[in-house]
Amino acid sequence: MLAYAARRILATIPVMLLVAFFVFSLLYIAPGDPAAIIAGDQATPADVERIRISLGLDRPFVVRFGEWLWHILHGDLGTSIFTNLPVSHMIQQRIEPTLSLMLLTIVFAVCVAIPLGVVAAWKQGSWIDSAVMVLAVFGFSTPVFVMGYILAYVFALQLDWLPVQGFNPISDGLVPFLRNLVLPTVALGLIFIALLARITRATMLDVLSQDYVRTAKAKGVGQRQVLFVHALKNAAVPIITVIGNGVALLIGGAVVTESVFAIPGLGRLTLDAILRRDYPVIQGVVLLFSISYVLVNLLVDLLYTLFDPRIRY
Amino acid sequence: MSTATTTQTDYAAAPVLPDVLPPVKQRGPVGTFIHRHPTIVGGGTLMAIMVLIAILAPYLGTVDPTALAPVKRLRPPSEQYWFGTDALGRDVYSRVIYGSRVSLIVGFAVAAIASCIGTFIGLVSGFVRPVDAILMRVMDGLMSIPAILLAIALMALLGASVQNVIIAVSIAEFPRVSRLIRGVVLSLREQPFVEASVASGTRVPKIIWKHILPNTLAPLMVNATFICASAMITEAALSFIGAGTPPIIPSWGNIMAEGRALWQIKPYIVFFPAIFLCITVLSVNLLGDGMRDALDPRLAKRL
Repeated sequence: MLAYAARRILATIPVMLLVAFFVFSLLYIAPGDPAAIIAGDQATPADVERIRISLGLDRPFVVRFGEWLWHILHGDLGTSIFTNLPVSHMIQQRIEPTLSLMLLTIVFAVCVAIPLGVVAAWKQGSWIDSAVMVLAVFGFSTPVFVMGYILAYVFALQLDWLPVQGFNPISDGLVPFLRNLVLPTVALGLIFIALLARITRATMLDVLSQDYVRTAKAKGVGQRQVLFVHALKNAAVPIITVIGNGVALLIGGAVVTESVFAIPGLGRLTLDAILRRDYPVIQGVVLLFSISYVLVNLLVDLLYTLFDPRIRY
Repeated sequence: MSTATTTQTDYAAAPVLPDVLPPVKQRGPVGTFIHRHPTIVGGGTLMAIMVLIAILAPYLGTVDPTALAPVKRLRPPSEQYWFGTDALGRDVYSRVIYGSRVSLIVGFAVAAIASCIGTFIGLVSGFVRPVDAILMRVMDGLMSIPAILLAIALMALLGASVQNVIIAVSIAEFPRVSRLIRGVVLSLREQPFVEASVASGTRVPKIIWKHILPNTLAPLMVNATFICASAMITEAALSFIGAGTPPIIPSWGNIMAEGRALWQIKPYIVFFPAIFLCITVLSVNLLGDGMRDALDPRLAKRL
């Protein structure tokens, strides 16, 4: 078990290095002079020269990459060109809304989608099954921001139950915090639910047709135990894989949702950085998101052993 | 009794049965197809309608989508302006109809390009063992960067234009195709018929062309439809946040971005392109679902 964990952790290191390489080299694959790109359209030649020196573009690529990596490992993600603040400081200020949104969405989606998928598989062919499948197709055909606007229009503007936009940190109280996050969570979550419910149903259908489920039912095991203990546990591996992969979709969705609901989180930070061509910030945030995604997948890999003891390779 | 040579007249006339049972109504071949694959028919019809709308855009009662008319700005939907006018007085209906062109072009182009690149890499990876490990690690690395962030970063570098959107989204989508094709290639290589062709001396290119590629077509096509849907959504999201199609060219994401500031009082600017986007993506997804169920019934259980 420990050997498996160690091997999985070691396997992520080359992937993380590759991600860091891609993120770092994004700036240099564009046609033209990187310093001029960063300086933008309005820059004078003196500005471009200044940026060139600060980037150290006269040194070889590998040296620059190595230095950048070294700084990253020490927690120094560079300094923002626009605000001159350290990037890690800017990220720290904005991480709470994004993290709360994503955690709430994962919890909401998993709690709704898995029971829906299980019920749809159990009652295959009935109206519940068809309803879940149809809603699921509609769900993941709708882009996040469209879902966000629809929900905001119905629940915030017309019915006035919830605030339209904004964010309250949890230190200001739990209820305002949750009230502001309900709509973004539901908007992001509905799409994740659509994906997850379909995969849960499909996997459960596979599992429910197995012999051991028939044996359990013949033995007289209660329906709920058959479904949730015997069947769901065996279906868990593909389901948590999809949850892990879905985190990437969530990250992308969070960027857009923060735009719709005016939540001051990392997504907004990225967007502002893109518009201002603030490359250190872009690099820092994309690197952070990607490394988080790699770590989430590592966690999923390690969780496999919990559900399926056969996985020890 | 008749002898060896029988003629028509030797056969006893068949007894004529009374019509006890109602005549069986036969469905024609088209009807059977619709009955068996409702999702393909539904999705395909909707998509055909959207493609027709895009192609026939100038003839559908539209005006120049970029024509500014600030005097007539922010009019609600009416007899004259079917979807109303936006903040600069442009007719929202025309912009939405012309916007369908961008989304469809981006969707189809990304699906085609990502499929081609992904297939090539998947084939190389499946056949050339030493390169496999490296290539797949690189694909893993690319896949670890969330697609929309990668696309945003690439757009920031390449600048705003429809071609750059296509390039950026294709780069974000092709690693998954390459993984899929590599999986198919690896499983096909173990099949007896491939072993037989290798044993009879067939060269690798011919094996690929005659045996491997035809078998990858089915999952590739299904995957291509899902990439198309995903690309349309990504393009709309990119345009919505301002990092996609330039504002000169109307695209559904663009129209929504421009309508954002006023959506609380003039929601129609945001909603009409949203409805069209949802319908188009839904049709592509339905088509992909239907194709998957039709082409491989074993997969129908799994998603």
